[in-house]
This record gives sequence, structure tokens and C-alpha cells, in this order.
Amino acid sequence: MKRFAMKNITKSTYSYNYLLPALVIYVLFFIVPTIVSIFFSLTRWTLFDWEFIGFENFINFFQESSLNIGLRNSLIYGALTSGLKVVFGLLIAVFLCSEIKTKNYLRTLIFFPALISTIAVGAIFKALMNPTRGPINQILEAIGINGPSWLGNPHLALFSVIFVDVWKGVGIATVIYIAGLMSIPPHYYEACAIDGGNSFHKFFYITLPLVRPAMNAVIILSFISGLKSFDIIWAMTGGGPGFASDVLASVIYKQYINGFYGLATAGNVILFILISIIAFPLYKFLSRGEVEY
Amino acid sequence: MDKNRKIRLIIYDILGVLLTSVIFLIPFYFLVNSSFKSVKEAYRMELNLPSSFHIIENFKEVLQVQNGIVIRAFINSLIITIFSVLGLVIVCSMAGFVIQRRKNKLSGLWNFMILLGLIVPPAIVPTIWVLNALNIFGSLPSMILLEIAFFFPFSTLMYKGFMTTIPKEIDEAAILDGCGGLRLFFQIIFPLLKPVNITIIVLTAVFVYGDFMNPLYFLPGPRNATVQLTLFYFMGQYASEWNLLFADVVLVTIPPLILFLFLNRQIIAGMIAGSLKE
Repeated sequence: MKRFAMKNITKSTYSYNYLLPALVIYVLFFIVPTIVSIFFSLTRWTLFDWEFIGFENFINFFQESSLNIGLRNSLIYGALTSGLKVVFGLLIAVFLCSEIKTKNYLRTLIFFPALISTIAVGAIFKALMNPTRGPINQILEAIGINGPSWLGNPHLALFSVIFVDVWKGVGIATVIYIAGLMSIPPHYYEACAIDGGNSFHKFFYITLPLVRPAMNAVIILSFISGLKSFDIIWAMTGGGPGFASDVLASVIYKQYINGFYGLATAGNVILFILISIIAFPLYKFLSRGEVEY
Repeated sequence: MDKNRKIRLIIYDILGVLLTSVIFLIPFYFLVNSSFKSVKEAYRMELNLPSSFHIIENFKEVLQVQNGIVIRAFINSLIITIFSVLGLVIVCSMAGFVIQRRKNKLSGLWNFMILLGLIVPPAIVPTIWVLNALNIFGSLPSMILLEIAFFFPFSTLMYKGFMTTIPKEIDEAAILDGCGGLRLFFQIIFPLLKPVNITIIVLTAVFVYGDFMNPLYFLPGPRNATVQLTLFYFMGQYASEWNLLFADVVLVTIPPLILFLFLNRQIIAGMIAGSLKE
């Protein structure tokens, strides 16, 4: 009898009615489009009319070089931005956790770009990277180096954008690492010092293993956001020169504005599958390697 | 030995400040400085100070260009940001409350849906198809609903996580005192959520305000353009008038800058909490 009463109270106190508004919006504008995308990726689609064509969109996506370059570049982009943020974020965080006096100032400065809009950052760096007049090449010229066309050279454009992405996002990686480093008990380092360990030992035997959870968060977050990346590329190169810096998201946009809705949706499905097959196993793999002392 | 250490730390300080200033401060200096220059000087993209300051002219011109499209965009961005954030706080706090408190067979489903939304990017054209079917494609309210849908997983996860720190005994005590249902949530629980509310408000405000891709797809045309969209169009239209472009960048950057100046501790703490939860 009492159990029954408690159950009723649970039902009325934590009624699913309170979940309903969020659920309706989320299902209608996210879940439903995600599910129907699988169907429409198999069609030639004009929004009003569709024709089922099987896997033709996917075959196109993998065969045509202007489309599959997006897949390749997205992988490069995700891996490289993630890798650079993991390494530089850790180095900066370790540096900022030492006893220097300016650490608050430096942390604020490094973090700030994360807050301003990607398009604003793109506009600034597009000017900084201007091949003839841009300050980067002017500075290089002053020390006798002939600076390249950062965004105009097809072999370089993607990497220039990756650099800007890392510049903007390394602050987030840094503060995540700092939180991880702060949670390492200081007596571990003291014990290491008593045993005659130097800063090399401290870094490799204490800091690195114990900062793993933070590192995993940085890897996963930056890899996923790297694979999805669109804004900075569209603002700086528009996927160019040619298709040299096109990523999946920009290929999808190009197909969309040209009216190839089925093809664009197939791109979405590929992106979705790509992220899932990388993110889930990566997460499993990384969380297995965490240690506890 | 101790003196050596001190000297080393001072060297680190100097190196750190120099390096970060070059890498992180110069781009912003360049931005603000160029926005004060005349067209000709800004075109040369030099780092030196302007020979004459054109601050008021440049900003006035940006605000007047195309019948004040920038002001219109600011109003649009403000509307979208405020209502999205408000909506997110209300619906996601309730959702987090129910999901965390009510553990049953459905819990797994909710968790899966949240995880899905954190990982999978929105399917663009099918979303437009849904919006068309509802006849709201291209309107500001549709953008607000979409932003709520896209930030639902992150916000709900944060609320759900925080809710575990509020003991269930509080609910039970309230129920015994005859305070149940919506009143329990809004009068007892919601005020306790203040720290996570601040985090959600600040972070989602920054994300929604800075969003470019979603307005690009879902708000076509100049009427409902957001500040990020007008900024992007300016990059094409005013490719040689860098002073105006940069004045616009400065204007667009002011709101997050103000937020950051007042709340930088909360923002950083929120970013850490958010990323570690995932």
C-alpha cells in the first residue's frame, strides 16, 4: 500500500509533463530530421518531390574527387586540430601551473579567442595572412623570409586554417588541462622529489598519467568539433582554392546551395556515420587507459 | 639555488608574456587599430598607429550602410539569443530534473538521446523540410526553436549532473508540507540551480550569438540576418574597405567581451565542467 502511494507521488512530482516541452522541440527539430535524413539520402530530392535512387548519392560522394576530398580533409582537420590542441594545451597548462606571477593574465589572454565568433576570427586572420600586405608576411619579410600565400596555395590553405582553429581553441584545451592538473595532489610531487626525481620524472611519471581524464576530454571534444568544422573554413577560404580546403561540412553546403538536396543529405549521413564510428570507439579506448593511483 | 630559481621564474614570466602577446595580442591590436584608420591606410594593413583617427566616421558608416542592416542584425541576434537562452533554461532545467529524479526503463533512452545530440551534427535539408511542413522556415521563432533543440543535449546534461548534488530529501520534505508538482520545482529546486543556471546562460548565450552555420542555412535573406551573417557578407562586399569590415568585427565582438570582463571566472569554470561531463 505504502509502495503504491510512493509510486504515485513519484509519478506526479516528477511528471513526464515537465519533460514534454524539451522533448517535443528536440524530437521535432533534431530527432525527426536525423531519422528522415537516412531515407532522403537515398533519393534525388527537391524538397517537394523525391525519386528513390538507392546508393547513387553515396557512390557519387566517394567517387567524385570534388566531393571525397571533403572526407579526406575533414579527417586531416579533425586529427590535426585535435593533436595540436592536445600537445600545446598541455604544454601551456603545465607552464601556467608553475609559480610564475603573470599566470592569470596569460590564462585570460589565451582563453579569450574561444569566446569571440569564428567569423570575426576568420576576418582578422584573412587580413593577417594576406600574401602581399598581410602583417605575417611583412614580419617574415623583415627577417628575410619570403612568406607564402597562406590561403591561396592549394597545398597550404587547409593547414593555415587549421593553425587558426588551434589558435582559437587552444585556450579551452588549456583550461581543461589546468583543472586536471590542479586535481593532482601536491604530495605526489613531493614524494617524487624525496626519491630524487627531477622535473622530467615528475612530468612523465606523475603529471602525464594523472592528467589523462582531462586529456581524453580534450581529444574527444576537439576531434568531434574538428570533424564538424565549417565556419572558419567557409569564412577564410570558402573551401578554395578550387576544392583544396573543402571539408565535409562545406561540401554539404555547396551541394545544398546548388539544389542537390539528396546529395547534401547523403553528405550529412556520411558525416554522422564518420563521427559515430570514430567517437564511440575512441571514447571506449581512451577511458580504458585511465589510471588511478 | 633559491636565487637561481627566482631568476628562472622571472625569465619564464618575461618569455611567457612576450610570446603570448605576440601570438594572441597582436591580432586584436591589429583589428582595433585598423578599424580606426582611413580606407587607404587600412588597405595597407600596417601595424603602425593611424596617422589620423577615423573612429566615429568608420563606426557611423558601418551602422548606416544598407539602411542600417547592422543595427537590424543586432536586434535579430539579440532576440534570438535572449529567447533561446530563456527557453533553454526553462525547458532543460525541467527536463534535467525529471530525468535525474525518475529512474526507470526509460532512463537509458533519455541518456542515449542526449548522447546522440552531443555527437551527431544536425541534418540540414531534412530540418528545412520539417520547417517547411510547419510553414515557419526562415522566421526568427524557428531559429529560436532550432537553437533550443541543438543545445538541449548539452544544457540538459549539465542540469542533470548538477541535480545529483541536490538531495532528494528536499523534495520529500516539500511534498510532506503540501508543496508538489510545478510549485516544488519552481519555488524550491529552481533557486538551488543558480550556479548551473549562470553557466548555461553564459555559455549558450556565447554559442548562440556566435553561431554562423545555422543562421546561414535557416535564415536566408537580409531581413532576418544575424550579426555573424552580416559580418560574413561584409567580408565579400567590402573586401577592399578593411576599416569598415574591422569596425564591424569590433562591434560584433563587444557583447562577448563585456560578458567576459564581468564573468570570466564563471565562463572558464563552466567550460571545464561542460567538457568534462561529456
